[in-house]
Amino acid sequence: MGQEQKLSEAFVSLADSLVADYDVADLLHRLADHCVTLLDIAAAGLMLADQRGNLQVVAASSETSRLLELFQLQHDQGPCLDCYRGGTAVSVPDVQQAADRWPVFAAETQAAGYHSVHALPMRLRDDVIGTLNLFGTRPGRLPDADARIGQALADVATIAILQERAIRHHEMLAEQLQHALTSRIVIEQAKGVLAERGNLDMAQAFDRLRRHARNTNTRLTDLARGIVDGTVDSTTVVTPQPRHQPPDPPPSPRAPAT
Amino acid sequence: MSDPGRLRRELRALLAHGSDALALDRLCAGAVSALPVDGAAISLTTDAGGRGYTGASDPVSAHLDDLQFTLGEGPCWDAARHGHPVLVGDLTGQAARRWPMFTPAVLAAGYQAIFAFPLQIGAIRLGILDLLRVRPGPLDGDALADALIVADVATLTLIDTAAVGSRGHGDPLSGPGPDIFGMYRAEVHQATGMVMAQLGVSAQEALVRLRAHAYAAGRTADEVARDIVARRLRLDGGRLG
Repeated sequence: MGQEQKLSEAFVSLADSLVADYDVADLLHRLADHCVTLLDIAAAGLMLADQRGNLQVVAASSETSRLLELFQLQHDQGPCLDCYRGGTAVSVPDVQQAADRWPVFAAETQAAGYHSVHALPMRLRDDVIGTLNLFGTRPGRLPDADARIGQALADVATIAILQERAIRHHEMLAEQLQHALTSRIVIEQAKGVLAERGNLDMAQAFDRLRRHARNTNTRLTDLARGIVDGTVDSTTVVTPQPRHQPPDPPPSPRAPAT
Repeated sequence: MSDPGRLRRELRALLAHGSDALALDRLCAGAVSALPVDGAAISLTTDAGGRGYTGASDPVSAHLDDLQFTLGEGPCWDAARHGHPVLVGDLTGQAARRWPMFTPAVLAAGYQAIFAFPLQIGAIRLGILDLLRVRPGPLDGDALADALIVADVATLTLIDTAAVGSRGHGDPLSGPGPDIFGMYRAEVHQATGMVMAQLGVSAQEALVRLRAHAYAAGRTADEVARDIVARRLRLDGGRLG
């Protein structure tokens, strides 16, 4: 598929979701996936301000612990924090050059195999509500076209979180931000239940959760909450359903608990 | 300017001194002195979905909190149902339609703004903090941050009181403070889920057990959570994978 076609399909699919009754957690994960498909980067994640002065990760293109840690580190330092505080995009074409500015972040990013990082602001009028974070495996600038598409995706994320076309005031913004942050915690709790029940790592647990939500046409957050509340039998989520897809391949050696 | 560290220390100092039975009353009084609000109340929900222990800064706030449960409507209910804060800076506006019985009672008591915050950690829902204010208008940025911190401290205090009770030693209130930053880490929530499955307990009980283990071992909840997620530690005493 050509780049143009991928781009229009991504935006059409996001727009379709926005007019329906969508789950914000699911939509933000799809948006992170679109970033990886559409832009010259290897991983993407969305961080939201928790209104206590911290940034929290809410969705990522991969749920490996290694990548999530790169977002969590930016609680204290990193391009996302600078982007959030300054309200403008922060681009780091070569992470090695940023070792003085963010020693821990630069070291961990390189150790995870990434060499360029870009942070784009999620803006609502005068407020910055979070950032879109992009990681590349090679040093280099983000091409202008990619920066524009990335910013458009960040804007879609903002709209998705606010869930209202015209947010009337700060009170609604606060309500929706806290809602999105809580959804993320419920998903983490559900990942833990599935990881333990199915002897899975956290990325596998998230994949099962997401797949089951799709197969059963359930909202991701509702399914996660059902698993944690015990109203959904987690064994049915851990065990793939043969009716909808082929059985799992034979078990590979278990991935290290990253 | 919001100073989260200082606010947490002040609230904890309030909680540490005095009888446990009135701890939530003291926390509500602390919220009123720290925030630009005039009244505060906390209601805890029970596992059965009913209403348990409560606290308030003053009798009028306590009454208005009660009234929401009697009437079956109000920001408390909405915050509990939706799992996010319900912030109404001006009760003379659309709120009259939203809560037709409750709103006139609040206005008659002299308050024009009400803000309800769920006490929750993901799927763990413990109760609601209600804040009342005479003057209408939104909670501005710093006041909102401070209100969220009061809700965080209330939530973790409830969890940690149970954690200490389950072990019978160690006092979270005398330590460096509930390591609230640990609650920002994904591993704590993932480990909560794993412990649920290991012990066959609720999410709330699993988090209590995790934090109790941390206090007893003199470690942070974050460190214990990482060990659980990495399968270096199980809380059911079972063999490590």
